[in-house]
Amino acid sequence: MTRITVTVDGASYTDEVEPRMLLVHYLREVVGKVGTVVGCDTSNCGACTVHLDGRSVKSCNVLAVQADGREVTTIEGLATNGELHPMQAAFHENHALQCGYCTPGMIMQAVDLLNENPNPTEDEIRQGMEGNLCRCTGYHNIVKAVAAAAGASERSDA
Amino acid sequence: MIPAAFDYVAPTSLDDALAALAEAGDDAKVLAGGQSLLPILRMRLNAPEKVVDLGRIEALRGVRDGGDHVAIGAMTPYAEVVGDALVREHAGLLAKAVETVADPQIRHRGTVGGALVHADPAGDVGAPVLALDATMVVVGPGGERTVPAAEFFRDLFETAVDDGELLTEIRIPKHTGWGSAYEKFVRVSHQWSIVAVAATVRVEGGSIAEARVGLTNMGSTPLRATAVEQALVGSSASGLADACAAAAEGTNPPSDLNGDADYRRHLATVLTRRAVQKAMEG
Repeated sequence: MTRITVTVDGASYTDEVEPRMLLVHYLREVVGKVGTVVGCDTSNCGACTVHLDGRSVKSCNVLAVQADGREVTTIEGLATNGELHPMQAAFHENHALQCGYCTPGMIMQAVDLLNENPNPTEDEIRQGMEGNLCRCTGYHNIVKAVAAAAGASERSDA
Repeated sequence: MIPAAFDYVAPTSLDDALAALAEAGDDAKVLAGGQSLLPILRMRLNAPEKVVDLGRIEALRGVRDGGDHVAIGAMTPYAEVVGDALVREHAGLLAKAVETVADPQIRHRGTVGGALVHADPAGDVGAPVLALDATMVVVGPGGERTVPAAEFFRDLFETAVDDGELLTEIRIPKHTGWGSAYEKFVRVSHQWSIVAVAATVRVEGGSIAEARVGLTNMGSTPLRATAVEQALVGSSASGLADACAAAAEGTNPPSDLNGDADYRRHLATVLTRRAVQKAMEG
């Protein structure tokens, strides 16, 4: 067992974990952040996307021990004081979820995309979301939601 | 899917990493960004007794100006390589190829050094590194040695990095002012290359003065299309098809569900022409 200390959604956790434990299992089973889901389990679908030190990663493809001393943000850490994050609000308003399973990963990747490129074109949104699959094939409204969130933050900057 | 149990060490210096590898012998696996190794461990295609994680060795990360070359730390993630001003200016071909690797999340974690030592022939880092005549810095118990890219790739998943050794740096001679393009053919956006072609050219007065062409997934290792490189010298944009017709010469591409070997040979000639054409434009 290896002792790790990880900051998850602003709170610090110290735990003894097996080195083989995946970050997604640590988040769900040890920390209790079940908002992050396991999708394909082969690092293709992106449903388990979280931020590690501020950048998006597939948490089924990172070991919990690799996150020792680092900061993780999950979908559960986006809302502040009960207010949805603008990206969550945009997904809600644009009907960007059908079954909802891919949504946590989609939103985490979309937030990373706008951090990197606050004003993406539709093509840049599609490219930037290429590591996230929606089995309902609801891509159209997902792209619309990301564009709407980008527009909203631009308006609030002005 | 959960990997088989293993011991884990995360050394903070190169010396400690080499010592950990020496102690573990054959049963150790080196963890770089983990974007290929972790799926392999999860599917239990490999079950090492010890995993040596290089992720805490700061000295292995980053890009620096080496004078006549750009030196890239082996643990530099793809995303940093793509965004690096030195790489973009002096080794544009590498930035363009790395930009096509997998998807953004993978590019945040995966490293160029990890990809090179993993040596998957469908990976996108080998062909540009080979075409750009890079030099690899390898460190082991006996000290440091350099290996030309042309001698680095030995076979499928096999490189000049032996057990107990580590790739620490990739030195790319500056190709300042050269045009470049990476033409990758896939059916699904974040798929491995079915075939890809890395081309970089120096244009003088509208025709090609020098050309370098690397091929992805046309054999068990990345390959150089040397016949094409020679035929391209003196070519103008209108005369590329003939020079690129030899792109598949000396290759031994795989046959799989994505296409048989003949299909890949044809693809290689088409993609080479497109890549060279784009490279001539900048």
